[in-house]
Amino acid sequence: MNPLRLVRARPGVPFTVTFDDREIEALPGQTLAAALWSGGVTAWRTTRGAGRPRGVFCGIGVCFDCLVTVDGRPGLRACLVPAAPGAVVRSQSGSGHDE
Amino acid sequence: MSERRPVLAVIGAGPAGLAAALAAAARGVRVMLVDSAAEAGGQFYRQPARGLGARRPEALHHRWRTWERLRAGLDAHLGAGRVTHLTDHHVWCVERDSDRLVVHSLLGPQQTESVAVRADAVLLATGAYEKVLPFPGWTLPGVVTAGGAQALLKGGLALSGGTAVVAGTGPLLLPVATGLAAAGARVVALVESAGPKSLARSARAWAAAPAKLAEGAELAARLALRRVPVMARQVVLEAHGVDRLESVTVAALDGAGRPAPGSRRQLSCDTLAVGHGLLPHTDLADGLGCRLDGPGVWVDAEQRTDVPGVWAAGETTGVGGATLSLAEGHIAGRSAAARLTGRVPDPDGWAPAARARDRLRTFFTALDAAYAAQPVRWAEQVTDETVVCRCEEVPAGAVRDAVGALGAGDLRTVKLLTRAGMGWCQGRMCEPGVAGVAGCALIPARRLLARPVPLGVLADPAEPPAAP
Repeated sequence: MNPLRLVRARPGVPFTVTFDDREIEALPGQTLAAALWSGGVTAWRTTRGAGRPRGVFCGIGVCFDCLVTVDGRPGLRACLVPAAPGAVVRSQSGSGHDE
Repeated sequence: MSERRPVLAVIGAGPAGLAAALAAAARGVRVMLVDSAAEAGGQFYRQPARGLGARRPEALHHRWRTWERLRAGLDAHLGAGRVTHLTDHHVWCVERDSDRLVVHSLLGPQQTESVAVRADAVLLATGAYEKVLPFPGWTLPGVVTAGGAQALLKGGLALSGGTAVVAGTGPLLLPVATGLAAAGARVVALVESAGPKSLARSARAWAAAPAKLAEGAELAARLALRRVPVMARQVVLEAHGVDRLESVTVAALDGAGRPAPGSRRQLSCDTLAVGHGLLPHTDLADGLGCRLDGPGVWVDAEQRTDVPGVWAAGETTGVGGATLSLAEGHIAGRSAAARLTGRVPDPDGWAPAARARDRLRTFFTALDAAYAAQPVRWAEQVTDETVVCRCEEVPAGAVRDAVGALGAGDLRTVKLLTRAGMGWCQGRMCEPGVAGVAGCALIPARRLLARPVPLGVLADPAEPPAAP
């Protein structure tokens, strides 16, 4: 069983986003966090102080752990941003404005 | 009554907000339903994104018929133009503007553009968010809140990896564990720090709410069916891994609430869904000057706050689940509609909802006592190196220094000395943990803005369009 089978999903055509130069498959309507989480990616940011890896935590926009850079714009919450075909997603380090 | 229909802004489209919107729209009020999600439903009825084409979304939900009734009611009112549903609107502030109120929202995930709508009254149905008490390893990728795991699953049909532990305390853990197991995760254990004895102590409350008892029994049966072991009176002491979660250490609690010697064991898992209850979202109420009652917004029998023109319903007034939210929302919507149209509210008309509200509030007070009292000694297990404030990376040792060497005696002083709570999330994630480690009372912080706002928007907020 998987979640798609459980709800008998007939998703639209899957597409890819690039995440740090590799391709991750996403389904229409998924947020970036959901697409990365399904793709087995759990970390997409390192913290400002200790450089520790972080990914999604609260999943509903409260915690700010899932910040990510999308199409050059840093500091977006992956749990709120819908995945879009061809989006260029990059891991973010520090505040995202350092590079 | 003037020719213009009075406008009620309902903030939040979960069970409370939907029940309120339907009740008010049916009684001569124009409703602006403002919500941050793309689809109505809130967290409880979080819908799979449309593009996912779910033909049986009810497989991940409870009380689906109630949702179908709410959805049909909303559609009817939308069609008749009595309700306007503003989706992807993240409300950051509600302010008074002479005798009316202005609701300011940031749009979509970018959160750089703000729009404003004007209303004659506001009904706050902003729900709750998850409380997680810190422990070593809780910042490792792969550790998510219990509600977060459920949100990713319900909204995005997303599971990560294959082996999960669900841990913490509270009634939310049961549906999260059953949902993950049904969707194909191997749920190694549900680790609940409350013990059977304390749950039995609330048996009288359970008996008073037979529907709740049946629901709990059904969830427990589903767990048994999927062979998910329920480990009562046990806790996750630590999460292990280098760059991501690999395992957790679990221990049984002794009579004093400390890990029992010799009871530790390690469970391999790639996902830990953890939660210690929920906290009401009270920021908008706070900004308006509404009085709080404990962690939630104070309301009277009509669900009015102590600020004129502001109603509140659902988890924002105190956590108590979807059925209680529906009852409160219904009462709030009817009260607001009556008062906005110059009629005298008729409590007899909503008597069944009021009875359900009273019964469920009693039930949840008892349930809270059974669950929340349990992780009494968790702070002793938090090592000095454990990060307690996730955004500012403040370790527990710094909080202890602030209290010990520097003499901080309250959360605000701890914050000023350590920066705990000053980061992006503004203390929403760390407040209970910092308070516990510091030994301070947990008093909800006053946050005048409900979310971070770009300076440009603050400097020049959108004006609401002229009154219709």
